[in-house]
Amino acid sequence: MPEIRISQAQLQPEPVSPGEQHPAEAATVEVSAIRSFLLSRGNSALADRGFHWLMVLCALSIFGIVVLIASELVVRSQLAWSKFGFGFFFSAFTDPFTKLPMYWDPVNGHFSALPFLYGTLVSSFLALLLAVPLAIGVAVFLTEMCPRALRGPLAFTTELLAAIPSVIYGLWAVFVLVPLLREHVNPWLIQLLGWTGFFGDDNPTGLGFISAGVILAIMILPIVSSLTREVMTAVPHSQREAVLALGATRWEMIRMGVLRNARIGIVGAVILGLGRALGETMAVTMVIGNSPEIHRSLLANGSSMASVIANEFAEASGDLHLSALMELGLALFVVTIIVNAFARLLVWAVTRGAPSSAH
Amino acid sequence: MRARIRTLIDGAATGLAILSTFLVVAPLVAIFIYLVYKGAVSLNLDFFIRNPVPVGEAGGGMANAIVGSAILLAVGSLIGVPMGIGGGIFLAEFGRGTKLANAVRFTADVLNGVPSIVMGIAVYSLVVVPQGHFSAFSGGVALGIMMIPTVCRTTEEMLLMVPNAVREAALALGVPNWRSVLAITVKTASPGIITGCMLAFARVAGETAPLIFTAFGNVGWSEKLSEPIAALPLQIYVYALSPYDEWHRLAWAGALVLIVLIVLAVSLVRYVTSRGVLKGAS
Repeated sequence: MPEIRISQAQLQPEPVSPGEQHPAEAATVEVSAIRSFLLSRGNSALADRGFHWLMVLCALSIFGIVVLIASELVVRSQLAWSKFGFGFFFSAFTDPFTKLPMYWDPVNGHFSALPFLYGTLVSSFLALLLAVPLAIGVAVFLTEMCPRALRGPLAFTTELLAAIPSVIYGLWAVFVLVPLLREHVNPWLIQLLGWTGFFGDDNPTGLGFISAGVILAIMILPIVSSLTREVMTAVPHSQREAVLALGATRWEMIRMGVLRNARIGIVGAVILGLGRALGETMAVTMVIGNSPEIHRSLLANGSSMASVIANEFAEASGDLHLSALMELGLALFVVTIIVNAFARLLVWAVTRGAPSSAH
Repeated sequence: MRARIRTLIDGAATGLAILSTFLVVAPLVAIFIYLVYKGAVSLNLDFFIRNPVPVGEAGGGMANAIVGSAILLAVGSLIGVPMGIGGGIFLAEFGRGTKLANAVRFTADVLNGVPSIVMGIAVYSLVVVPQGHFSAFSGGVALGIMMIPTVCRTTEEMLLMVPNAVREAALALGVPNWRSVLAITVKTASPGIITGCMLAFARVAGETAPLIFTAFGNVGWSEKLSEPIAALPLQIYVYALSPYDEWHRLAWAGALVLIVLIVLAVSLVRYVTSRGVLKGAS
């Protein structure tokens, strides 16, 4: 081992000077002083530098990939952008024969993202509407009420939901959920709430926004509930004890002591779930019905941004069609980045302060 | 009176929490039981050793899709794991507190949030269009990119847990920094890093959306990485939406195989790491 001998020879005279002159200072800055001394010995400096830059390269390539994805989407959507501009996201065309609004007509080269924006938003918000109360309920139960023996298995079960691939959720939805909704839930909804116009009875397939919303809700539940749990456990115990000491019942303790303190983090968890729901593709594609139309009825067929890409991209009928789909992808990319960044910020803001606020 | 109302509300809240837990666990159990039941009924030896047969013929399997998925995942891991671990090493060992590290961390999170379908069309235009045709390689690239953020962030977290004294001890023995990082720090953290890699692996194993326009699917065997290739999730998707009962049966069998593979991968890692087999290295 020649390397070690050399370094010992170098070590002999040098540690005396920093070690003896400022013992107190050396103790406080020990990490950086010793490490930088050792690192600067020049022993295998070339290999070290090479390794360092290799790692920097890996890190930079992550950066590069995201930039590459973004630039590629921007470049490839140029055609649609120059043809439709911002109108792509809100305009509609009128069918010359039926005088009905038309949004997506690859044959005549008319493209508007409106029905897909609508479909994505409706299915995602439906999913949130169903998932959020349940997720908070689960989190409350698991952190505050659950017997210790049950906590581990239940947490594991909810986490297991996240490991199931999207396409299997889709498979289950097609063969179990959709028939179930069609036979037992939809008729009941139509009868009870048909007068609102949100539950029309003109779609006998069972596919549509409701099915997409329900399967999305099942899919985002694990992430929302596990993040909510994380935020709730970050609330210091003294808060709970203080509220309990004032004579509160357990629910009042949860409401005033826990949920109120964790509310920003819970909002973050919900928004993160929204980000998940917006970009979810396979399960939605399989059950939403895939027609580029806007219906008031939640039981009608629709289409989301992700589902139209999945359906039409492989057999797009021309450059403009492809470009329009790329632009949808770009919009999805930008929206999910904004939503995710915002949510991370909120969750981070809450969990960060957890140890310091325990006074 | 007031106290009674408060007790009632408390009881109602407890009941609602229990009810919601039940409502969450019930679909999971339903999905699992149904999946295992349907899959077990449909699964046979042919599924593993035969290729898909044309519509109307009974029998057939997904041998090519199982092999295809394995190839895609191997290519993906070859790309995603080294880059992810490299990025993680940079974040934990070289870039602590620097602006570059923060930027990389943020982009990794962004990459994590990019919908898989968007990843699919991006890889399509980056790899498939220049290449001129769908290929196994492009599918692997898409999966590899999706693995990077998970691997990177878990590697960073695990490396940060390694005490500084270990690094200094290595350096004090005259070990060059690169060797100290690879042979000491990374090796100490290896159980955690391997867990992260397997989680990323399990996550992309079921991905369908990025494969539709990259790997594309294939009814037979693919001999080269430059040819379209079949994949288990893709095949499940195609068969699930087909109108034939025989194909539905195969879809269920495929779903069971896929989920068993994923759960097996994850629990194997849990078992190995909890037994401390890998920890012996430290």
